[in-house]
Amino acid sequence: MSEQVTGSRDIPKTLSEHIVEIVSDSGEGAQKCGQTFGAIGGKMGNGVWTVEIIPAEIQPPARTPAGGSGNRIRVGSKIMTNMGNEADLVVGFNEQVLYARIANGAYKEGTIVLLENKWANDPQEKIRDEYTFAVKEFRENGLIVHELPLEEECLKIVDNARKGKNMFVLGMLCRIYNRNKELGLNEIHNTFKHKGDKIIKPNQELFNAGYLFARDNLEYFYDIPPYDGAEDELENVVVTTGNTAVGLGVMAAGMELISMYPITPATSATHYVADVFDGGGGFIHQAEDEIAAIGFAIGASYAGKTACTITSGPGMALKTELIGLAVMGEIPLVIVDVQRGGPSTGLPTKVEQADLLSSLYGEPGDAPKIVIAAATIPECFDFVIMARKLAEEFRTPVIMLTDANLATGVQPWQKPKIQEEWFAAPVDQSPWDKNIPAYDWDENTGLSPRPIPGQPDGMYVLTGLSHTDRSKVSYNSETNQITSQHRSRKLAALQSTLKPPVVHGDDEGDLLIVAWGSTIGAIEEAVDNLRAEGHKISSTHLRFISPLEPGLKDIFSRFKKVMTVEINYSDDPDGPQINSENRRYAQLAMVLRAQFVIDIDCWSVVYGHPLQPGMVTDELRKRLENLSSSQPSQQQAKDQ
Amino acid sequence: MFGIKADWSLEVFERYFTLDDYAGTNDVRWCSGCGDFAILNTVHRVLREAQIKPEKSVAVSGIGCSSRMPHYMGTYGLHGLHGRALPLANGIKSRRPDLDVWVATGDGDCFSIGAGPWLHSIHLNMDMVILIFDNGIYGLTKKQTSPTTNQGTKTNTHPKGAILPALNPLTITLGITNVSFVAQVVDWNPPLLFETIKAAHQHRGTSFVRVLQRCPVFSEEFTKPLQENPDKFTLLEHADGITIDDNVKRLFNNVVDHDPSDWLGAMKYAKDIENIPLGILFKDPDAIVYEDHSSVGLGTTNEEKVAALNAAFDKFSI
Repeated sequence: MSEQVTGSRDIPKTLSEHIVEIVSDSGEGAQKCGQTFGAIGGKMGNGVWTVEIIPAEIQPPARTPAGGSGNRIRVGSKIMTNMGNEADLVVGFNEQVLYARIANGAYKEGTIVLLENKWANDPQEKIRDEYTFAVKEFRENGLIVHELPLEEECLKIVDNARKGKNMFVLGMLCRIYNRNKELGLNEIHNTFKHKGDKIIKPNQELFNAGYLFARDNLEYFYDIPPYDGAEDELENVVVTTGNTAVGLGVMAAGMELISMYPITPATSATHYVADVFDGGGGFIHQAEDEIAAIGFAIGASYAGKTACTITSGPGMALKTELIGLAVMGEIPLVIVDVQRGGPSTGLPTKVEQADLLSSLYGEPGDAPKIVIAAATIPECFDFVIMARKLAEEFRTPVIMLTDANLATGVQPWQKPKIQEEWFAAPVDQSPWDKNIPAYDWDENTGLSPRPIPGQPDGMYVLTGLSHTDRSKVSYNSETNQITSQHRSRKLAALQSTLKPPVVHGDDEGDLLIVAWGSTIGAIEEAVDNLRAEGHKISSTHLRFISPLEPGLKDIFSRFKKVMTVEINYSDDPDGPQINSENRRYAQLAMVLRAQFVIDIDCWSVVYGHPLQPGMVTDELRKRLENLSSSQPSQQQAKDQ
Repeated sequence: MFGIKADWSLEVFERYFTLDDYAGTNDVRWCSGCGDFAILNTVHRVLREAQIKPEKSVAVSGIGCSSRMPHYMGTYGLHGLHGRALPLANGIKSRRPDLDVWVATGDGDCFSIGAGPWLHSIHLNMDMVILIFDNGIYGLTKKQTSPTTNQGTKTNTHPKGAILPALNPLTITLGITNVSFVAQVVDWNPPLLFETIKAAHQHRGTSFVRVLQRCPVFSEEFTKPLQENPDKFTLLEHADGITIDDNVKRLFNNVVDHDPSDWLGAMKYAKDIENIPLGILFKDPDAIVYEDHSSVGLGTTNEEKVAALNAAFDKFSI
């Protein structure tokens, strides 16, 4: 396709990976451009991880750091599990939006910046000055800035460059990274197919123009080969966000009802399902508030159709009382919490793993329930299926934690073979045995079968009050003690069926990292980096938090030191006023310290962005260097 | 062929349900003289007349004296949380339109803590009967002001008397878009109570029935003046509403013919706090019933589900 071009521009330089960012004002389409670029990478057999850069407002002021909207795409010759470190190449639609990224530590010395140059000739002097100043400042800080006439080039094809510049940029990126051009044109076709040729054509023209522009004007020409084995997997690969995976999971679990209230960053899961649920026989109920959303779901579950409610932290807070009812009345229910920064309204579009303790202990009284955490995008799918089964088997609500990083991250993953046994069984309407009470608790497991409305002779009144096995209200002290035991025992029974978690790295050493949720990729990459340097470090990633996976005590005992790495707040041990009697630990660390009574340390931050493997590597290297080799292991300490 | 039945299949005896089948086995624990007994007994009688299978009926409630009702039913029941009876009931109906749903709630449970669900449940108009046990007071928590407490009534939270005029639940409910059935009745007139609740049960949609109800312990003044003076009431009757036996009618001086399809007329009666309307104020059989939409796809087969899921996945495949 570029036969007429001669010289080095004809031979791409092979890279193992690159991190690309496209940032624009909100509404200029950088996100679409980034998503499409990521999808093309996936289709070419690259490992891809995409993160959305989202402003919290719908129409933030133009040309402001707060308004930056776009995507970061990490694309490489291995399976990608996280967003990586600083970007290698950035396309900026204006210079101001890049400031927020710089403040986030997203760029480094040597990052290539392809910047729209129309601001240099803006009619407003203020804008011209801002632009000139920024370009100078970027260069002083080591960014390699190329000022490009993106707008001018687009105007040769369309009247309004605001609609379409993103496709021009997509074309540029496809040339720079030697992408299959047909894939790009097809993606554009699919994106706009419902709008017809009138829209498809100019966008494809813009794409071609961008491609040629980059070819003729930029020195960058790279090749990122597929990862080993990608070809075999390509046949069955799907590329989705974590929220889409949750939505697909709801369908695959055979759940027929999502009852929700809009909340960032959870709502896109429902948006997705709304488009396809009809065919699967399901319905989305948008309730008047978070409380009614879970109430509606509980009603459906009580009547035999286990339902799902999808929310985020503030919604979880509102749902708390009804979660307690579901625990007390033993109603199966799947609650997906797509965590965002808190407390209160916090950071609506940004990631945090700070709903762990409130999920475990948020209700008044003792409310044991199952809490699981998806670590990867495919797990966002798998775990919903598992959650429904667990909810029904153990007659309890199941909270499934994901987060904004998984919700908006895009990753290729293996399409599963759909199995009918994933689906919920039809509602049992056969006569109930009158002799069996509504809560026929098994002494050992706390489990009991559940009568469903419509079953003759199964009639009972579910209540949030303390109740007997026949669901009769009882204020009897013995009854309350025993029924509390039964509800709690279900978790121990579940734990007895679980396997110990896998240890990444050697199963003994100096330092063990324990973590949960979407940080798995960054942490394992950091552990791999440090192991390559010769450090004895391993990690383990928990999927079950309530109950905890078994065997942790044994695993912990084989390391000199155990610590968690999390995205939630903990006091810096060296901070002012902080000492061992008042230091507040990260959330999983608190849980593990309480359970295992060992000095589990933690490192956790709340910057609102996913962990960068480089940052984790640096922090853990410090910890390893501080670890005195004479320090006894947990096991030795116990034996002494 | 005389004497020989054309149908050779075995005769299956339909079960006949008695009041006991609907009453359940729990002792009813309301205070003596409480108006709740009359409402409960009426529900049992309406169910008996309709011969609804007890296992197909679900009584849902929130929290309060009223909300003990499910425990006194032989049907399924869901005794939920304060103010949350309606979302629970709507959820039950959403994918189980075959179930017969009753909601028992009170003036505090529905008009105060449950005000949001009240508004939105009327809007959803799912097929159920909402019985508001309105005694103008919080009973279970011992005499606090409720939204319908009359101005000046002394309560434990307002010992000098309730500050605000009572909220009018009828005008509010009538004002909600897609409202389909609004009635008001008193607990101490059994025939009227029966006819009203029966009509509510027969109506397809959310039937909102406010029952002015005696609480001899905490709010005698709420109902006593009404019991003593039937002239405070306007009795609404109509061929499309309820027809009232002459024996009952004789108690009332003000009996008017009111067509329940007349919303403006309904609003006029609802607003009149000097002549309290009894009977059916409004009825619209054509309002959208939400479960007609929420229950779509109920019969979807596993094969169809697999196909839908595969199609969904295909959109993301490479």
